[in-house]
Amino acid sequence: MPLLTVNEAIGQAIAEEMRRDSRVLIFGEGTATKHPELVSEFGSARVRNTPLAEGIIAGTAAGAAATGLRPIVDLLFAPFLCFAMDELVNSAGKLRYMSGGQFAFPMVALAMTGGGWTVGAQHNHNLEAWFVHSPGLKVVMPSTPADFKGLMQAAIRDENPVLFFVDLALAFVPGEVPEGDVLVPLGQAAIRREGSDVTLVSYAKTVHTCLQAAETLAEEGISAEVLDLRTLKPLDTESILRSVRKTGRLVVVHEAAAPCGVGAEVAALVAAEAFADLKAPVVRITGPDAPAPSSYPLEQAFIPQPDAISAAARRLVALGLPVSAPGSAG
Amino acid sequence: MPPALPLSTSRLLLERMLLIRAYEEKIIAFHEAGPFPHVCTSVGQEAAAAGVVSALAPQDQILTNHRSAGHLLARGADPGRMLAEVMGRSTGYCKGKSGTLHISAKELGVILTSTIVGGELSLATGAALSREMLGGDGIVACFFGDGAACEGIFHESLNLASIWNLPVLYVCENNQWQAYVHRKETMVGDHIAPRAAGYGIEALTVDGNDVEAVFEAATAAVAQVRATRRPFLLEATTYRQRGHMEPHDQSYVDPAEIAEWRAKDPIDRQKARLLAQGGLEEADLARLEARIRRDIDEAADFAAASPFPDPAELATEVYA
Repeated sequence: MPLLTVNEAIGQAIAEEMRRDSRVLIFGEGTATKHPELVSEFGSARVRNTPLAEGIIAGTAAGAAATGLRPIVDLLFAPFLCFAMDELVNSAGKLRYMSGGQFAFPMVALAMTGGGWTVGAQHNHNLEAWFVHSPGLKVVMPSTPADFKGLMQAAIRDENPVLFFVDLALAFVPGEVPEGDVLVPLGQAAIRREGSDVTLVSYAKTVHTCLQAAETLAEEGISAEVLDLRTLKPLDTESILRSVRKTGRLVVVHEAAAPCGVGAEVAALVAAEAFADLKAPVVRITGPDAPAPSSYPLEQAFIPQPDAISAAARRLVALGLPVSAPGSAG
Repeated sequence: MPPALPLSTSRLLLERMLLIRAYEEKIIAFHEAGPFPHVCTSVGQEAAAAGVVSALAPQDQILTNHRSAGHLLARGADPGRMLAEVMGRSTGYCKGKSGTLHISAKELGVILTSTIVGGELSLATGAALSREMLGGDGIVACFFGDGAACEGIFHESLNLASIWNLPVLYVCENNQWQAYVHRKETMVGDHIAPRAAGYGIEALTVDGNDVEAVFEAATAAVAQVRATRRPFLLEATTYRQRGHMEPHDQSYVDPAEIAEWRAKDPIDRQKARLLAQGGLEEADLARLEARIRRDIDEAADFAAASPFPDPAELATEVYA
């Protein structure tokens, strides 16, 4: 199986979908410049550079999606989405409902985020939960090259607006990616490692951090299950509950800050639906409630580390010992 | 002066304006009678709506805003289904999920109505991109006000439509008021049209209270956009005769300004023109107005008798 980086996997998915469906087009800041291969295959009408103006990029995508096209827009860095909130949230997310179902918005908005590049808080803000909180949108944040391809294909074929977040630290990591259709359904989590003592729920690059922690825990005789959410909305509640019912312990890990984050949603779900199965409190290991730093050591401190996760799991397994407070990072 | 337009067109334009006025007056009457959903009426702006919409072809699409009744009615929308939507009834164009401010009627080509001021400007480029890429000669007419022209997205929209050659007819209804603020307080210059030049877009300002002037300017603009596949900005200078919304309050408006613009009321002007031309008799006019009022009364009865949506529909149609 060919090895592709995440960026290559996304590019392959987009090219295959554009080949399959002439209504698919892509535009954004530097899109045509960065993808000459797409321009030469599909032409400059379907692969476009845009002004540096996120509002009109997202609004044009929403307007085009509602009237017969299937646009993909690259909005570059997640903090830039602040300029496109009206178009994404008020238009793409709401106008289907508000029109009584007259319109659909089959579009994908791509944005990068996450620590690892020391780009600072105006290029790095894990704001994916904002969109989970907005009706009508779907939110995807994969962790492996194969999933980036499969989820991108599924997102392009979906009839709804999909926010597709790329964790920067993963962008150039190679992995096996099958050729052709590798559709990964939206809303389906993946078990990355099976275990029986504690469930580690995560998404994006911290899935790999959880896998490292699970390795350490295994050496100590603690069996950790690692669940990769992949899609944050719709959330695969069944997979979360199935795992927690099995292990009775839950650590939720993400780089985004804790308050009202995906971890809070997962914890609330488990509290409501699997309370009787819990053997210990639910713990979140997250980035701090602070802007993302630029300085390398600060950024490393910002990103959840394997030791913090394994320590939390260890405490949960050894019942009666105190657990770390929400919001603490490694 | 000889009539510039065929008599049938002149009468049709008047009839459409009368329908819009009667519809808005029905809403005002509801408000005077008791609690009723808030509505932003377009009293005084009927010529811009009737004049531009009447110049469009069936394959064209309209994007509009919170002051949209005129655009919908001029396009042939059923006032009963509109009032039902205002009243939150299931027979409304959006099954009661839009309410007054956001009515879209896809079957009529009135699409993606947004009440976020400027929202329509961001969506119009996308609708026009679809028109370009999916073929046909359709164009997109985007209605907005002088308030929206002060949003950043106005500039983003014009820039993109120009650089991408998109068939958008931008229609600015410059009604002098931006919610509760006179545009003189918040906007540089008296007009929006001059801004288009900065984006390489042709523009024209027309007397927005002269329905025939609007219709003729719009007909030429529509033909140009259709032929050149390039945007055009038409500014209709008009006046919002009522407060920002019903129930209405104009305590912050200079009465002399209201009087000045009431004297230029677009419906009175078109009536006077037709009567002077001999294209309409007083008796014809009285019959026409009585018929329209009856139609609107029936529409209101239909809406009021319509059921509310089933609560089971609360969270349906969120996702496709």
